[in-house]
Amino acid sequence: MSELISKNAVELAALIHSGEVTSEEVTKVHLDRIDSVDEKVHAFLFVDKENAMASAREVDAAIQSGTIASPLAGVPLALKDVLTMKDVPTTCGSKILQGWKPQYDSTVVARLRSAGIVILGKTNMDEFAMGSSTEYSAYGPTKNPWDLSRIPGGSGGGSAASLAAFEAPLAIGTDTGGSIRQPAAVTGTVGVKPTYGAVSRYGLVALASSLDQAGPCTRSVMDAALLHQAIAGHDPMDSTSINTAMPNVVDAAKNQSIKGMKIGLVKQLGGDGYQVGVRKRFDEVVELLGSLGAEVVEISCPSFEYALAAYYLILPSECSSNLAKFDGMRYGLRVGDDGKHSVEEVMSLSRAEGFGPEVKRRIMLGTFALSSGYYDAYYGSAQKVRTLIAKDFNDAFAQVDVLISPTAPTTAFKIGDKVDDPLAMYLNDVATIPVNLAGNCAMSLPIGLADEDNLPVGLQIMAPVMADDRLYFLGAVIEAALESQWGHRFIDKVPAL
Amino acid sequence: MAELSREQVAHLAKLARLALSDEELEHYAQQLGVILDSVAKVTEVATADIKPTSHAIEMTNVFREDEIRPSFSSETTSRNAPEWEDERFRVPRILDEE
Amino acid sequence: MNLMAFDEAIEQFDPVMGLEVHVELSTKSKMFCGCRTDFGGHPNTHVCPVCLGLPGALPVVNAKAVESAIRIGLALNCEIAAWCRFARKNYFYPDMPKNFQTSQYDEPLCFNGYLDVDVVTDEGTKTYRIEIERAHMEEDTGKASHQGGQTGRIHGADYSLLDYNRAGIPLIEIVTKPILHTGKDAPLVAKAYVSALRDLLRALDVSDVRMEQGSLRCDVNLSLRKDATSPFGTRSETKNVNSLRSIERAVRFEISRQAAMLDEGKKVIQETRHWHEDTGETTAGRSKEEAEDYRYFPEPDLVPIAPSRDWVEELRNTLPENPAVRRSRLQAEWGISDHDMNSVVSAGALDLVVNTIAAGVSHTAARKWWLGELSRIANDRGVELGELAITPHNLFEIETLIAGGTLNDKLARNVIEGLLNNEGSISTIIQARGLTLVSDDTALLAAIDEALAQAPDVVEKIQQGKLQAAGAIVGAVMKATRGQADAAKVKELLFQKLGVSEE
Repeated sequence: MSELISKNAVELAALIHSGEVTSEEVTKVHLDRIDSVDEKVHAFLFVDKENAMASAREVDAAIQSGTIASPLAGVPLALKDVLTMKDVPTTCGSKILQGWKPQYDSTVVARLRSAGIVILGKTNMDEFAMGSSTEYSAYGPTKNPWDLSRIPGGSGGGSAASLAAFEAPLAIGTDTGGSIRQPAAVTGTVGVKPTYGAVSRYGLVALASSLDQAGPCTRSVMDAALLHQAIAGHDPMDSTSINTAMPNVVDAAKNQSIKGMKIGLVKQLGGDGYQVGVRKRFDEVVELLGSLGAEVVEISCPSFEYALAAYYLILPSECSSNLAKFDGMRYGLRVGDDGKHSVEEVMSLSRAEGFGPEVKRRIMLGTFALSSGYYDAYYGSAQKVRTLIAKDFNDAFAQVDVLISPTAPTTAFKIGDKVDDPLAMYLNDVATIPVNLAGNCAMSLPIGLADEDNLPVGLQIMAPVMADDRLYFLGAVIEAALESQWGHRFIDKVPAL
Repeated sequence: MAELSREQVAHLAKLARLALSDEELEHYAQQLGVILDSVAKVTEVATADIKPTSHAIEMTNVFREDEIRPSFSSETTSRNAPEWEDERFRVPRILDEE
Repeated sequence: MNLMAFDEAIEQFDPVMGLEVHVELSTKSKMFCGCRTDFGGHPNTHVCPVCLGLPGALPVVNAKAVESAIRIGLALNCEIAAWCRFARKNYFYPDMPKNFQTSQYDEPLCFNGYLDVDVVTDEGTKTYRIEIERAHMEEDTGKASHQGGQTGRIHGADYSLLDYNRAGIPLIEIVTKPILHTGKDAPLVAKAYVSALRDLLRALDVSDVRMEQGSLRCDVNLSLRKDATSPFGTRSETKNVNSLRSIERAVRFEISRQAAMLDEGKKVIQETRHWHEDTGETTAGRSKEEAEDYRYFPEPDLVPIAPSRDWVEELRNTLPENPAVRRSRLQAEWGISDHDMNSVVSAGALDLVVNTIAAGVSHTAARKWWLGELSRIANDRGVELGELAITPHNLFEIETLIAGGTLNDKLARNVIEGLLNNEGSISTIIQARGLTLVSDDTALLAAIDEALAQAPDVVEKIQQGKLQAAGAIVGAVMKATRGQADAAKVKELLFQKLGVSEE
C-alpha cells in the first residue's frame, strides 16, 4: 500500500502544489488501489481511468506554469453516481439508466473541474438514493471496509467506503435523509449535509427535490471544509440556490477554542433504540465537550418524533413525480417495444423491469399520498409536521449554538439483515431526517469504536440554516481532541484489506 | 387507519405506470398498509392552524432574463434515444390523445 | 348521431358555456430554460436538458413570461395574487418529457376578472360581460406525429415520432366562469369572446395569437339545462377548436347534438370530444368517467412568486388602450357606420388601417385597399392580412402615384400583385411590368381614331347627345393600350374631338 493513499487531501494537495509529487502520480496510485481492492469493496460502478489521468496531467501542467486552481487542485475524488458528468455513464444505481451517458455536466462536477479536482469515477449507491445500506443498488451491494460482511450505510455507501478503503481521499455524496451522514458514521469518515440551497442541485438526479443536497465526504474535518468551499455557492441554474455569501467554513475548521459555546443535546435523539456502544461513545464526547469549556444542555424537540413519518410521506410523494420521467421513451431501458404493445404498456413494462422493489414501493406510496381524497391527510399533514420541525430547530437555536446527537442508532449491520424489512431500514435515518426536513445543515464525524462490535460510531452536529461554519468549528475541535487522546487518526485503525 | 385493497394497489400501479404481477400486487398491498399505518401518525399533530411547508428555505421571485441560450444539436439530442427516426424520438403507438 | 335544429334546441334548452383558451407567449426563450421559441426549425434542435426533462435538470422561471402573465391578468381586470406557487400536474404522456406538466393549481397568478365583448346580432349590438375565473402560467408539450395506418391520425397508427421543440414554450391558460344567459347568441358570444381576447393579446404584444399555428387554442365546454333556473347539466369538453369560425360552429353543433340526446331521453356523457374542421362535427374522445387523478402538489424545484404591488402597478401603466374603447374612438374619428367598422374589425384589418393612415393615406383609401383587394388575396392564399408582403408605406406610395396620374386603379392592383410576389420595390415593378399610364395625347388620339373607325355609328349617337355610347370607345381604347390609359382622359379627348360637352 502506497504511503500516498493514506494521506488526507490537505497533505496530498501540499505535496502536489510544492512539486514533490505530481497529480498524475497521486491519481495513478489511487487508480491502482481501486484495481487491487475494489473487487472486495465494490465502491465504484465506473472507473474513469483515462479521463482521470488526463485531467491530472492538465492540473500538473497548470501547476508547473504557476497556476494552482484551488487548495485541492490535483487531488482525486470519487463521485456519487447520482450526479451527471458529461459523456460518463450515470446510472443512479438503477437498471433503468443502464448505459445512459448524460449530455451535460452537473454544476457540482463543473465546479470540481474548475477547482482542478480529479474525478476518478462514479460510486455505488442505493437505487435512486433510496436506502440506508447500498443493498438496493441494482449492481450489487458495497461492503464496509471495517468488516466486509457489513453494510457501508446508504444511500452513499460507495462514496463513504471508497474513503475508508483508501481508494479516494475525497468523495461527493448526496443527502436526502442522511445519505451522506449515516454512511460516514458507519465507515468512520466525515460527511456534511450543507444547508439546503448552498450547493447547486443542477445535475443531481432528484430523489426528493425539497430535501436533496450534495455535500463533501472525507477522512478529516479540514478536508471536508475545503471540498465544501469548492462546491458551494450560488447557481442561477437552480432556483432554490441561496444567493448570499457562504460562511467561511475553512477558517472555521482551524481548531479554535470552544470555551463558552452552547451545545444542545436533543432529548428525542439518542435514547431507546440506540445501541449501547453508540450511546457510550456519545456520552464520552458530551463529557469531553464540557471539559473543553462548552456549556452542554438538554434541549427538547418534541416534533422530531414525527419526523420519520413526515419524511416517508414527503419523500415518496416527490419521488413518485421525479421518477416519472424514467419511462423508456427518450433514454434508458425500454422493454416490450415489439410493435404490438402500446406506448402505455411499454412504459409500464420498462418501469416494472427497470426499477427495483424499494423504488417501486416508494413510488406507490407517493402516488397514494398525493392521490385525491388522501392528499390532505397524508401529504398535507406531513408538510405541517415540517413546519413544526423547523419551529423546534428555531426554538432550539435561540438557546444553543449547535445541537448534537448520535448520527445513527446502530453501527454497521450485516448485509441482508434488514433488506426485506422496510420499516427497520427506515429507522436508520431517525436522527438524520429532521435536518433535511428543516433545510439546515449537519455533519457526522467519527468518535470511536463501539465496545460490543469494534465498529465506528458517528456523532452528528446540527447547526442553523447558513451557519455551516459552526459544524466545522465544533467538528475540528472534537476531531483534534479525540486524535490527541488516541494518538492517531481514527481512520488509521481500519483493518487492512 | 390505512388498509389498502388489492384493487387500490392495482389502481396506483396503473397511475404510476408499473406493470406489476398479481404476486407483487398482493405483496405491496400488505406492505404499503403496514407503512401507511406507521406514517399516519403525522395526522396526530397536523392541526388546522399550522401552515404547511413546501420549501424549507423561504425564497420568492427567482427569475431568469428572457435570453436565448444554446440548445442541443440534433445529434446530441439523439444520443441516448432508444429509437430515433427522422430527427425525432420514435415511440410505440399512442392509444388516445389527451 | 342525431341532431336537433339549432333554433328548436334553443327553444327547449338553456346553454351554459365555459371557454378555456391557451395562449403561447411570444417570449424569446422558453418558460423554464433558454431554448428558443420560434416556430419551425429542425425537430429536436430547440431543446436542452431542462425542456427534454433529462435527469438532474432544473427549471428557472422566465421573468418576461411572468410579466406577460400579469399584464394579461390586468388587461382582463383580474386580481393579481400576492403570493402563488407552481404545481406539478402528474400524468404520463409521451409528448411531456417529465411526465408531469409544470402548471399552477389552486394558486393561480391572476383570478376574478372579466372581459366585455360586443356581439353583433340581428337585434343590434349587445354587450356581454364574460367573467374570468383565472389566468395561470404553464408550459406547452412537445408534438407527436403518428406514423403508419391512416396518415396523421392517432387511430390505427403503428408508432409515433416526437419533437420536443414546442415543449416548455410558455403558455397562459385563461379560463372563464360559466357563461350564462346567452341563449341563441351562445355561438356568437363564444366567437366574439375569443376574438376580443385575441385583439387584447395582440394589443398587449404578448403573443402571435395565430390560431392556425396553434399559438392560441380554445377548448369549448358546453352543457344544456332545461331553463335558466335549473342546475347545470353534464358538459362535454371539445378540444382544440382552432379558428374563430370553428368556435361558433362547434358551439352550435354541441347544442344541437346534446339537445337531440336529451330530447331522446339519453344522458350526455362527460367526455372529451374532438372537433373536425372538415365535417363540422365533434366526435367522442376519452370518457372522463374514469377521471385522471393528476396528483397536483407544489413544485419543489421552483420557489413561490410574490409580485410586489409596486411591480403590478408599474405593469398596469404599460397596458395599451382597451381595444373596445379604441374601436369606438376610431369609428368616431373616421365617421363611419357600425357596419363599416365591424367590417374592418372582422377582417382583422384594424391595426393595418390605423398604420396605413399614419403613413399618410386617407382612411377611405386605407380601408378600401385592406378590405378589398388585399382581403381578397389573403383569403385566396389562406393567410392572415398582416402576413402579406406589403407595408402601410407601400400603400402610401401607391396612393401618391395614383393622385399624380402615374397609376390608375387597375395598374395599382398590378403593382400590388408584384409586391406580394416579392418582385422588388414599386419603381422596379412598374418598370419591369411596364406599368405606366399612356399620357401622350397623340397616342391616345390615334387610338381613339382607330376605335371610331371601327364603330362609325357611335359617333352619330354621341353627336345626337347619347353620351353613354362613349363607353364603347373608351373601352376599346383601354383595351388597345392594355389598360395603361387614364379612362377619364380618354373620355375628355373623345368629347373634345367630337365637339360635345358632358354638361
